[in-house]
Amino acid sequence: MLQEESDLALIIAQIVQKLKGSNLYAQLERQAWGSWEKRILKSLNSMCTELSIPLARKRPVGEQKELLNKWNEMGTDEPDLSLFRPVYAPKDFLEVLINLRNPNYENGDSHSFRTHLGLIQVPLKVKDIPELKEFFVELGLTAGQLGIDDSTQVPPELFENEHVRIGQKVLSEQDSAAAQQYIRQGSPTALRAELWALILNISSQPEDILYYEQLKTNVIQHDLLVDSLIYKDVKLTASNDDYYFVFEDYLYQVLLCFSRDTSVLGHFAYNSASPPKSYIRGKLGLEEYAVFYPPNGVIPFHGFSMYVAPLCFLYHEPSKLYQIFREMYVRFFFRLHSISSHPSGIVSLCLLFETLLQTYLPQLFYHLREIGAQPLRISFKWMVRAFSGYLATDQLLLLWDRILGYNSLEILAVLAAAVFAFRAVNLMEVTSLAAAEAVLADLSTLKVMPLLQIFLFATVT
Amino acid sequence: MSRQKSKLQGAWTAKGKRERAESINPVQDHSYEYPHGCPSPQARMGGSKGDTRSSDDQKDDIPVENYVAQHYIENPYLIGGRKFDLRVYVLVMSYMPLRAWLYRDGFARFSNTRFTLNSIDDQYVHLTNVAVQKTSPDYHPKGCKWMLQRFRQYLASKHGPKAVETLFSDMDNIFIRSLQSVQKAIISDKHCFELYGYDILIDQDLKPWLLEVNASPSLTASSQEDYELKTCLLEDTLHIVDMEARLTGREKRVGGFDLMWNDGPVSREDGAHDLSGLGNFVTNTHLGCVNDRKKQLRQLFRSLQGQKKTPN
Repeated sequence: MLQEESDLALIIAQIVQKLKGSNLYAQLERQAWGSWEKRILKSLNSMCTELSIPLARKRPVGEQKELLNKWNEMGTDEPDLSLFRPVYAPKDFLEVLINLRNPNYENGDSHSFRTHLGLIQVPLKVKDIPELKEFFVELGLTAGQLGIDDSTQVPPELFENEHVRIGQKVLSEQDSAAAQQYIRQGSPTALRAELWALILNISSQPEDILYYEQLKTNVIQHDLLVDSLIYKDVKLTASNDDYYFVFEDYLYQVLLCFSRDTSVLGHFAYNSASPPKSYIRGKLGLEEYAVFYPPNGVIPFHGFSMYVAPLCFLYHEPSKLYQIFREMYVRFFFRLHSISSHPSGIVSLCLLFETLLQTYLPQLFYHLREIGAQPLRISFKWMVRAFSGYLATDQLLLLWDRILGYNSLEILAVLAAAVFAFRAVNLMEVTSLAAAEAVLADLSTLKVMPLLQIFLFATVT
Repeated sequence: MSRQKSKLQGAWTAKGKRERAESINPVQDHSYEYPHGCPSPQARMGGSKGDTRSSDDQKDDIPVENYVAQHYIENPYLIGGRKFDLRVYVLVMSYMPLRAWLYRDGFARFSNTRFTLNSIDDQYVHLTNVAVQKTSPDYHPKGCKWMLQRFRQYLASKHGPKAVETLFSDMDNIFIRSLQSVQKAIISDKHCFELYGYDILIDQDLKPWLLEVNASPSLTASSQEDYELKTCLLEDTLHIVDMEARLTGREKRVGGFDLMWNDGPVSREDGAHDLSGLGNFVTNTHLGCVNDRKKQLRQLFRSLQGQKKTPN
């Protein structure tokens, strides 16, 4: 009897724990996201009232014709955007994450978390280095890598030639799963566009092109307030970038259509966030008159256009570029700016980064904390943008190869930690947050794969 | 003087001998008058090393102006809807025999406005020199240039490595042939060297065209990256000029420069030239490739020092 009782007690305890676990985060997420969402919408609405611009309006015919003519060169337009402000920037979002607290959490629960000295205070489970080594086994020292073993000093017969040959075979057989496995070791430049399309299951069917054309018509006919935010973002970020300025026009063509694409709403089914809603004038609160605003449910923030810019390097046909971006967004990028407990969600990535640093570079971590330069404050912007605009394009594409290959964004946190490890010597000498930022300001010379390999596989832990 | 109807068709650009970039004018109307001499439609070589035929009209006391007319390329390769040209640096150490070095770095210069033939009067669209673009109201001070490495990668991801190899080896041909065509006309002096800025335009069939060769390429920098490129370029030029007499004269690479022509083609492989013409020959040019010049210079000078210590 006793045995049964204690077994039962154990089972009940486990069930309670499970229930606690599932509701815990859901509740937390909803609360946090709810208040954040309210803030964003409030900001958007107030901009709307201040500037007396409607959230949406139908364009007069003359304006429609003009826009259609200019479709391929919207970058030449110089509308007055001085009164528009980005709705939020990554650092605002970081403040929200820092303030996430679990109301049910008891300090006794997790020993290791009690000693966590980083900014994130939510005890999510993250991998440690042994687990990461297992997860990223193909990045190990004994396997060939593009980004390392294709450098000029290495004879191509050792790895590169064979790797290219396998890539061509994978493409000819149109094997999506094999492509995903293959790309863990990097994609040859010439095959990358096709490999990504294969992994993301994008094939330009006539109906896809038609869908894009419909979105384009939508853009021509209606003007949305978010359009101005998109313009502003592109002008502030991508157009000012030394390399992406060339693709300015493509960015408008993709992002303006993206904001009207209601199929993107589908991703909210597995996103704990919910799309912001707006009400037809005069019908506030009446659900029948609620519409999602913007139509795709995604309000762009400062730097959003950088998700698209690197893709312009690979795809030149607007509807294909659009499809690839949309798929990348609903699979990966949305996790970087919404609150969830998913291992690839931004909260987990931040926690993974801080934990790696605190565990494997404790001296550096403590030093930076002492001088008021919490490492996450510097690395957050890299992770939110998936390093776009910070790394050289060829390095960025090698990184995104691995995101696709492992179907996970955790590599962003590992890379961020690896960058800190690489510049540790200089960082140990700084005495202020500004100086730390300066040491880490320029990542354009970094080689991503050697950094990752050294951090994961060649550092004595 | 009666107006003579020109036989030129289509769009042409005309450049005078002494004129600099600002005064290039694309012309469409082919009834323009060329009062002195006859421009050569075949010539694709502009600038001061071009045609120096003098006119017979000296008794008129009108100064002779020679023009070189070039066929306007109507189908340039566009990136992001923009026209661009390439700036490449070639160092010539002697003409007789011809010794020329090619610098690995260079850049692509973009026009700020979108290309269209409708606006042939808009010089900002067609003329990509930074000197001209700087005056465009659209000009972003960050500079509208791409380093050649970036350009090469972009093309490779779009057209594959083979097409890019072909394009770059066609460009090698342009450099060599242009130098060979003036070899006899230029005074060869062992104590002279000249650094040229080649302007190349690519068309949509990935064919390179020579726009002009500048004997005084601009060395002012429009950005930090530009500054680094030009200072390294100058440093390596002076290494090759070798006033300190450190080099043996048998080097095939010095910093970012690769020896492209040494009274004959230079092969990438070590050892004798492959004169059998069996096609295994790969030229020793690395335009748009990785430029690890610091490392190379360190190794070079270290080995040169080593050689000095053990004289034979």
